[in-house]
Amino acid sequence: MSLTRQEVEKIAHLARLRITEQEMPVYVHSLSAIVEFVDQLAKADVAGVAPMAHPLAGQTQRLRADEVTETDRHEKYQANAPAVQAGLYLVPRVIE
Amino acid sequence: MMDWEVVIGLEIHAQLATRSKIFSGAATAYGAPPNTQACLVDLAYPGVLPVLNAEAVRMAVKFGLAIGAQISERSIFARKNYFYPDLPKGYQISQYEQPVVGRGSITIALDDGEAKTIGITRAHLEEDAGKSLHEGLANASGIDLNRAGTPLLEIVSEPDMRSAKEAVAYMKKLHMLVRYLEICDGNMQEGSFRCDANVSVRPRGERKFGTRAEIKNLNSFRFVEKAIQHEVARQIDLIESGGHVVQETRLYDSDKDETRSMRSKEEANDYRYFPDPDLLPLAIDREFIEAVRTTLPELPDQKAARFASAFQLSAYDAQVLSASREMGAYFEAVVEHVGAAQAKLAANWVMGELSSALNRDGLEIDATRVGSRSLGGLLQRIIDGTISGKIAKEVFEAMWSEGREADAIIEAKGLRQITDDGAIARAIDTVIAANPQQLADYRAGKDKLFGFFVGQVMKATGGKANPAQLNALLKAKLGGG
Repeated sequence: MSLTRQEVEKIAHLARLRITEQEMPVYVHSLSAIVEFVDQLAKADVAGVAPMAHPLAGQTQRLRADEVTETDRHEKYQANAPAVQAGLYLVPRVIE
Repeated sequence: MMDWEVVIGLEIHAQLATRSKIFSGAATAYGAPPNTQACLVDLAYPGVLPVLNAEAVRMAVKFGLAIGAQISERSIFARKNYFYPDLPKGYQISQYEQPVVGRGSITIALDDGEAKTIGITRAHLEEDAGKSLHEGLANASGIDLNRAGTPLLEIVSEPDMRSAKEAVAYMKKLHMLVRYLEICDGNMQEGSFRCDANVSVRPRGERKFGTRAEIKNLNSFRFVEKAIQHEVARQIDLIESGGHVVQETRLYDSDKDETRSMRSKEEANDYRYFPDPDLLPLAIDREFIEAVRTTLPELPDQKAARFASAFQLSAYDAQVLSASREMGAYFEAVVEHVGAAQAKLAANWVMGELSSALNRDGLEIDATRVGSRSLGGLLQRIIDGTISGKIAKEVFEAMWSEGREADAIIEAKGLRQITDDGAIARAIDTVIAANPQQLADYRAGKDKLFGFFVGQVMKATGGKANPAQLNALLKAKLGGG
C-alpha cells in the first residue's frame, strides 16, 4: 500500500508538521515504504490468536488508592514556561 | 408541510467525585488557584507514567450496575489524539474499544405518565482537559491545568429520544442517579455534569436516520432544551428550503440562543485512537463487581415504588419525594414522627410549604431551617386538633424565620384552636346580631351567605375557631335553632 500526496498532507496537518514543497516527495516515498514494510503483518495467519492491547501479555493494570499525594509546586514547574501570568500558562490566543 | 420526527442521543460527561485525579495524585478540588493542582503527570512532563485510580474504577462499576449494564471484565485505555493548548500531552486518555461499562438502560417518565426506556450504549472512563481563559489577557490565552486529569465517566445514550423534553427528562434522570450513587456531585455551574447532544430530523415513518449535528457546551437543563429546539428548527428550515444538513459540531450560544458551527473541531475529527502503551488492560473480576454491588443504595425508581405502596401516595408524589436521597430521608423522618397513616399529610407539607420555603430562600434540603422532627411536631398539632391547617401555615412561617418549635410558637402567639362550643357560639351570636340584613337574606334563601358568616366568625376569633364545630353551630343558629 502506498500513500498519496493528499494523505501525507492530511497526516502532516493532523500532526501539526509543516512540510515544504521540496520535502513532500521524500515524505510520500519514505512513509509509503514504512507502511509497506509494516503491511507484511497483514499476511500473517492470526486465526485463533486473541488480539493484544499491550505487549506485556497476561499482565493487568495496577491500581492506586484514591489519595492526594502531590503538593502545589506550580512556581517550580512554571520556571520552564515561556510566559506565565497570575499562575496561568500563556499561549497565543485561541478562541472558538 | 412535512411531518418531521426528531431523533436525539446524548453524551453526558460526569466528573467522578474522587479526591485525586484519574492517573495522578494531584487534588481535584474545585476552585483552587490556577495550576496549583497540576502535577508533572497532568502537565505531561517527559518520563512520567499514569497510574489508574481504583476509586474511579469502582465508581464506574457502581454506575454500570445501577443501569443494569454488563461490566467488562477486561477493558482498554486508548489515546484520543488532538492538539489544543489545554491538553498538554496532545492526546486524551479515554476508552474506545472495550469500555468499562457496556449496554444498559434507564427509564424516564413522559408527560402523559407513560414510562419510556432509554438505551445506554456504553459508559467509559477518561480524563478531563484543562481550561482556557481569555478574559483580561491581551492577544493571549491563559491555561489552567487544575482540571486536567480529573476523572470523567462519559455516558453515551442510544438515539432513543424523540423530543427536547425527552432529552431533558433523560438528563435529569441520569443527574439524579449519579447523585444517588454518590459518584458525582452533579454541580452543573462548576461543570461537573455536562452534556453534548446529537440531533437529527427525518420524515415521520422514515427508518433511516437523518444527518446529525453535535451540539456542545450544554451546561444546564434549560439550555439543553432550548438548544435542541433551536437546532431542530434550523435543520427543518434548511431541508425544507432545499438545503441539507452537514455532519458537524456546533456550539450553543446561550446569550444569542443559537447554535453555530465550530470549524476547528471538524478538522480535528480524525482522532487516530490507539491503545495507550503506558496503561495495561484493566481487569475487573467477579469478586470486585459483587463487592461494589453490595454498596448500591436504594435507587430512585425503587424508592419511588416503595413510597407509593407503603404510604399510598400517587406516582407523582412518590417521584417528587424520591428526587434525591436527602429529600427521601427527610420525608421518611417526618412520616416516622407522625405515623404512616398520616403519610399523605406529611407528603403535602414536604412538597408544599417546605419546598416553597426552600425554593424561596434558594436552599437545598440539607440546609432546611425547619428540620424533619420540627415539621413532624407541627403536623402532630394539626392531627390532634390543636391548630387548623390554615393556622399551621402561619406557625410554619414563624418556625422558618424564628427557628423555634411549633409548640412554643402556638403558645407564644396564642394560636391554639378554639374548641369550646360555648366560646364559638358566643362569637356566632355577636356576628349574627351585627348583620341583621344578611341574616334575613340568608333565611330568605340566599344560601351563599353561609360563607360570609363563616368568614366573619373566623375573623372575630382570629382564625382560631375549630372549622368543623363552627360549621355545625353556625348552621344550627342561622336556621333559627
